[in-house]
Order: sequence, then C-alpha cells, then structure tokens
Amino acid sequence: MTSQAAPVETYDPHDVRPIRKAAMWVFLGSEAMFFGSMIATFLLYRNTTGDGPGSEIFSIPFTSASSFVLLMSSLTMVLAHHAFENRDARGTRIWLAATALLGITFLAGQIFEFTEFAHEGLALSTSSFSGAFYMLTGFHGAHVALGVLMLLAMFFLSLDGRLYEKRGLNVELVGLYWHFVDIVWIVIFTVVYLLQV
Amino acid sequence: MAQAVHRSHPTPAVYWAIALFLAVVTAIEVAVPYFSVLDPVRVPLLIVLAIVKFGTVVAYFMHLRYDKKLYRTLFLFGVIGVIPLFVVVLATMHAF
Amino acid sequence: MVLDTGNGLATTAPKGIWSWITTVDHKRIGIMYGVTALVAFFIAGLEALLIRLQLSTANGTVLSADAYNQLFTMHGLTMLLVVVMPVGAAFMNYFIPIHIGARDVAFPRANAFSYWLFLFSTIMLLSSFLLGGAPDGGWFGYAPLSTQLEEFVRMDFYAIGAQLLGIASIMASANFIATVFTMRAPGMSLMRVPVFTWMAVVVSFLLIFSLPIFGVGLFQMFFDRNFGTQFFSGGGDPLLWQHLFWLFGHPEVYVLILPAMGIVSEVFPTFSRKPLFGYPFVVFSGIAIGFMGFGVWAHHMYTAGLGPVAEAGFGIATMMIAVPTGVKIFNWIGTMWGGKVRFELPMMFAIGFVSLFVIGGLSGVLHSVVPSDYQQHDSYFVVAHFHYVLFGGGVFGYVSGAYYWYPKWTGRKLDEKLGRSHFWLMLLGFNLTFAPMHILGLNGMPRRTYRYDEGLGWEFWNQVATVGSFLIGISFLFFAWNLIKSRKHGQIAGSDPWDGRTLEWSIPSPPPVHNFDEIPVIEHVDDFWHRKYATDEEGRSVRMPDVPGGTVSAEPTAGGEGEPGSGEHAEDMHMPSPSYYPIVASFGVIVTGYGLVYVPGGWVAVGVGLLITLWGFFGWSLEPVTRDKHHD
Repeated sequence: MTSQAAPVETYDPHDVRPIRKAAMWVFLGSEAMFFGSMIATFLLYRNTTGDGPGSEIFSIPFTSASSFVLLMSSLTMVLAHHAFENRDARGTRIWLAATALLGITFLAGQIFEFTEFAHEGLALSTSSFSGAFYMLTGFHGAHVALGVLMLLAMFFLSLDGRLYEKRGLNVELVGLYWHFVDIVWIVIFTVVYLLQV
Repeated sequence: MAQAVHRSHPTPAVYWAIALFLAVVTAIEVAVPYFSVLDPVRVPLLIVLAIVKFGTVVAYFMHLRYDKKLYRTLFLFGVIGVIPLFVVVLATMHAF
Repeated sequence: MVLDTGNGLATTAPKGIWSWITTVDHKRIGIMYGVTALVAFFIAGLEALLIRLQLSTANGTVLSADAYNQLFTMHGLTMLLVVVMPVGAAFMNYFIPIHIGARDVAFPRANAFSYWLFLFSTIMLLSSFLLGGAPDGGWFGYAPLSTQLEEFVRMDFYAIGAQLLGIASIMASANFIATVFTMRAPGMSLMRVPVFTWMAVVVSFLLIFSLPIFGVGLFQMFFDRNFGTQFFSGGGDPLLWQHLFWLFGHPEVYVLILPAMGIVSEVFPTFSRKPLFGYPFVVFSGIAIGFMGFGVWAHHMYTAGLGPVAEAGFGIATMMIAVPTGVKIFNWIGTMWGGKVRFELPMMFAIGFVSLFVIGGLSGVLHSVVPSDYQQHDSYFVVAHFHYVLFGGGVFGYVSGAYYWYPKWTGRKLDEKLGRSHFWLMLLGFNLTFAPMHILGLNGMPRRTYRYDEGLGWEFWNQVATVGSFLIGISFLFFAWNLIKSRKHGQIAGSDPWDGRTLEWSIPSPPPVHNFDEIPVIEHVDDFWHRKYATDEEGRSVRMPDVPGGTVSAEPTAGGEGEPGSGEHAEDMHMPSPSYYPIVASFGVIVTGYGLVYVPGGWVAVGVGLLITLWGFFGWSLEPVTRDKHHD
C-alpha cells in the first residue's frame, strides 16, 4: 500500500518532555482559573470591611520588599534551569538552593505580615474583606510552600547525582510551576495592595 | 519533536537584564500610589505595568515565546478566559 | 500478521485482585470506572424510586422532609458526578488511546490515581448516609442554606466530596489533553481523529477550566461553615455562590452530553454503512458548544435579580447555543439518509438518543426565553427538560456505547432478546416517567419539595410517572443481567463484529495489553475502513481480499518468519509497570478529606492524610515508569 502525503508527525515514546510540558501548561491554565476566581472574590469584597480594618492595614513598603524577593527567585530559578541544561551540576545546586531560600524568605514575610494583621484586628472571620484576603494570599502561600518542597527535593536528589532529565520531578517543570506562582503574586500585589480602589 | 532543534535559549546575561527590568518596573509600580497627581490614571497604569511584568516572565523565564504554540494556547485559554467571565459576574453584583 | 484471538505478540493480562489494584492499564481503569458507575446508577436509581413513591400521592408519607431532602440531593449528585461523568470517563479511558493509535495515555499512574480518588470519594460521599445524614442542600448547594446548620456535617461531605471528585477529574482531563495532543500515531492529524475522541478533548477542556471555579466556591462554602468566614453570609453575598456554582454547573452539562454525542457519532456511520456526514462540522460544532457553554451560565439564575441587561444577554447566548447542537442533529440524520441502515441494538439506542434529546432541547429553548422561564423556573418543567436531555440523551447514548463496544471489551456480543426488552421497556418507562412532568410543571408543581397538597390536580400524572420509573428500573435489571450473562454465554464476536470504521476494530477482542502489535500509520479519517474497502469506478465499496477483517498492519513483514513486521517487538515495547503508589496517594487524600469534614477534631486525620499523600506522591515520582525487567 503506498502511503500518500501524510503529515507524519511521529512522537518519540522515549522523549517525554513535550508530553509533560503540555500537561504542565494545561494545569497552569486551570490554576489561572482557580486564582482568577479568588481574585474576583477579593475585588467583590474589597470594601466590605464590616467592623474591621480595611486596606489601610497594609504596609506597601514591606510587601514591596517581599514581592521583590519572589521576583528575584524567578531569576534564580531560570538560572538553575539554565545550569541544568548545560550539565553544570554545581550551578544547578546553587541556584536551586537560592530559589528555595528566597521562597522561604517570602513565606516568612507572609507569616510575619499575617500575624501583624491578626494583632491589629484582621482575622479570617472579621469580614468578607478579611476572608477574601486571607483565602487568596493563603492559597498562594500554600502553592509557594509546595514549590519550596519540590525545590528542596530536587536539591537533595542532585546531591547524589540522581537528578537527570527523565525524572518526574525535573527542573524545567518545577521551574514552570515556580514562575507561575510568581506571576500570580504579580497580579495579587497589584490588585490587592496597589490598586486601592 | 523536530521543532525542538530551533529553540533558542537566552544566556544568563539576558536573564539578569530581564530581572533588572522587572525590578525597575516594580519600583515604578510601588511609587505610583504615592503620587496623587497620577490618581486619575492609577488603575489603568498599574494594570498595564502588571501585564508587562506578567508577560515578560511568561514569555522569557517560562520560555513560552519560543515554545510550541500548543502550550501558549493551553495556558492563555485559562488566563484570558477568566477575565470576561468574572467581569460579568462582578458587573451583575454591582462591584464596580 | 496478528491473529484475532490475540496470540502471537499479545501479552496476556495479569490476573488477580492485586493486579487490578496496581493496574495502570487504561483499559482496566476504564472497566473499573464503568463498573463503579453502573453500581452507583442502581443506588441513585433506588433513591429516585423512593422519591417517586413519596410523590405518587398527595401528602405522601413514605419519606420525611429530611429524608426527602437527602435523597433528592444525593440522587442528583450521584447521577451527575458519580454515574454519568464516570461512565464518560470509562469510555474515554478505554478508547482515547486506541482511537489515536497509542498504547496508553500520557500518564498511566495519574490515570489510576484519578480512578482510585474517584472511588474513594464516592465511598466517602455515600458513607455520609451512615454518619449523621447525607448532604441535603440540593446538588446545587445554594447559600445561605448550605452554609448554615453547622451542627450537621452533611454539607461538609458535599463540600469536600465534590472537591475531591473534581480533583480526580481535573487530573484525568489534563492527562487526556496531553495524550491527544502529543501521542497520536503517525499520520493521525487532528482532523482524522474519531469524533468520540474529539468530544473527549472538548470535555477535558471544559472540565479543566470550569472545575477550578467550582473548587473555589466549595472551599469558600467550607470556610463559611467551619471557620466563620463571610463569603456567602454575614457581609457576604449568596449570589456569589450561584455564579461560582453555575460557572461550573453549566459547562458540566456539556461534559455530561458530549461523550454520548461522540458515541452516537461513531454508531450512526457504522450502522448506516456510510461515513459520518460532515465530519468537520460535527467536530467544530462540538468545539463551539464547548466555547459557548462557558457563556450561558446565568440562564440558571434568571430569577435571581440580575437585571434586564444580563438576563437578555444570557437569553440570547442560550438561544444561540442551540445552533451547533442542531448542526450535529442534522449531520446524524444526514448520515442515515441514503445509507444501508441496520437496526442493531446500538443503533436503536442511538436513534432513541437523537429523538429524545431533541425533545429535551425543545423544552430547553423554551427555558431560554427569559419571561417564559420566570414561570418555569423551579417547576417540574425544568425536571422534565433535563431528564430528557440527560437520560433520554445521555443515558441512551451511553447505553448505545455499551451495546456497541461490549464485544470489544469481552469478545462476545450482548444478548439480542434481552437487549430488545431492555430497549423497549426503557423507552416506554422513560417517557411515562418524564413526559407528564412537562404538564405537571406547567400546572405549577414546584420541584425540590417533599410533598404537595390534595386538590391541585397533580396526583394522576405523578402516579403515571411513578409507574414509569419502576419500568425503567426493571429495564435496567434486564440490562444488568445481560451484561453478566453474556460474558460467558454471549455470541462470540471477532475483532470486528459490526464491520466498523475506527481503529479499535482492527485489534483483537479483548485487546492485548499493548493495544497494537505495530503502531499504524494513518492516511485517512476512518483509516481502518479504508484498509478494508477500496472503491471501484462506480464508487461502490469493494472489500479488499487480503485483510481478513482482523488487522491494520497488512504490510508484508520486513522481518519475515511470522514476525509482525518492522515495528517494535514485544521485548522492545516498554509498557508502564504496575504501581501501588496511585492507590496509596489517593487513600491519603481521602483520609485528609474525612479529617476536613470533621474539623476541628479532624485536624489530626488531616495531618496523617497529608503525610500518606506525600509519601504516595514522592514514591510515585521517584519510581521509574517502566521497571527494568531484570528486577521483576
């Protein structure tokens, strides 16, 4: 049987990267819906402060600093990926550790910020504003924490040379997840802290 | 996929430059609320700046600019799709 | 050349319970989804029969209001989330890889995880009946009713159970999208993929973008119930819940129907001996339905006070969505037109699907007219509408698929006589049950209420409906018996009992673990048909002599000596190895889920559950997809 001109798109069953990247991007698309819904909820309740404090409780300087920290962690993440692609084991380890450290710093900042707010009268149940705020930033923080866990896992795997490309946890995929967590924060920082409408 | 051969990779120097750019934009963003002369344009300005940062990280750090179109489609569905849906929701709830 | 009976290269499927618990084979996972869904169908059906008994007389005393609320809530939840969606998942799991010429899905262990999470979540949801009562706020869980009554954990079972089911579905959807977009056989362009698999892709997109919104709403409900937040109560607005719910809830109904539409799009051509009329139109209309499905959600909220602009906008959008659906109907009719139609059982159910779905669609169009809906909303007219599309449409379609593909799963056909009894009894019972509800609705009978007074003129049609519902039940007993009996006594089917068109008919029944001995190279839509038949000068189909209705790889073998050709050999094929991590991880998630339901006492369970889940996920990540053969 002669084959006609068919677009012979073969996939290599041994190269799983395109498959994994496709899945990660579609997952990130669904996460965009997830965070989008929480951002919309916050926008709805941005002025529903009840008897409690509202956005005057925010400290723009402090949050700017932690935003900067997270932003820079995207840099260290992409440098880790670059090192990994170039088979630079030492560089990979250093930049992975740096990213995890910056993530932990960000989380520490969040925890500090939330405890301050709680002392100043902004608890989870204070108002619709507070609930929406904590839910949005809380889920974001949980995502950061999960990312830090994955970064640390990769760091430890890299120590005994077990971090090679076909692993489920690989640098590129975790990188995509990590950058996503960063861009969500970019939106949160603007909408929650800066817009002030 | 044959397509992978042509993926260009920025160098670390480029990544540092992009990070510097992002830091500068962030500094501008943070400054905007402090200048009451900008109040009339504060909201659209901040939104534009956020989009610029968002797009930069996605295109370059996440490499979407150079990757398969499929990934861009899958991701943008979610990011862009969520906006009209919730604009409608918020409008019906008089949030604006 | 591969033989029908599955000899030669066909690897035999392993036996025993442990092999099912650790399976990552998409076919087995599909079967497990199907069996679970069927059992759940009987449970939800029983709930319906109890409801019907209560409503067959005025001021019925069969059920208390409390019992009734639990039953109608669970009937809806179970049918939608535990029966119809998993039935779709069963078919999608089994056939997506085979339709695209692949050996399995993109992430076999994630596939298994989705099933076990689904099964455990279902058990969790049903266990609520024994643990203080099942969810009783309706499947739509409107606030503030759903956020009150914190002394019962019933709606916490709802909030957590639906959340976990959603997570299972999101993972499966990502899996299917990755599979279809990256793992198609050579030459299988997107416009050569069977319509069923195309619809599966659309469904996966619908789920992956709508479930997160529902997820946010469910978390908010859970927080309102357990942590005193004010998302829908206090300073919050209950309307927010409605939006979040229906932003998911509407795409959800397309999730329920599209796979069935995909199935009949395969059945019609096979039993008309004609290609699907207008394949591109059927595909694009499916995509259009997917898109537009996101734009009509507030037609469930016309009486919520949205204002004329919103109501008009959604009304128009809803009317427009009838267009792509109509396109499909015309294409199915066009497929039959001028074809050699065989009224075999799959075809009968498929024709039933089209007729009944059209009726349901007509009442749907009536709902889209806003002022008309002001009268119909919350009445039995709505109940009639959605049962016509979901049962008359969906269930008939899925049953058609069962009769169509049972020979592929088991190697035997379902019994004709039992099948015909099932069909006619189901058709009669269904119409007797739901047609009267149009009348009841227009005569003012409200839905979701446990009893009605005498003297309103509703008794007669309610009694008719109750009789009909029991006929449905009996018809399904025929079906269940047929499924069981035919496994041993059914007529032996070969690989291609219906003279089919798509790739699944080119491999043995049941298929070997690795599906294809050799991955086919595709040159047409309905490629298998074109290998069986060429057309002569007058355009008639001529059966090719050298393909005995068995195999795709008709090429003379390069390897010679009876080896199946120049493709992969069994030893080279790396099928994914079985794994127990998916069931471990999903078990951890369920423990976490129970813990959350019983918060604050349950925090310990949450912690334990998370640890088990983490162990499961880490083990899974670190274990290779295919274990080295030496170490087995």
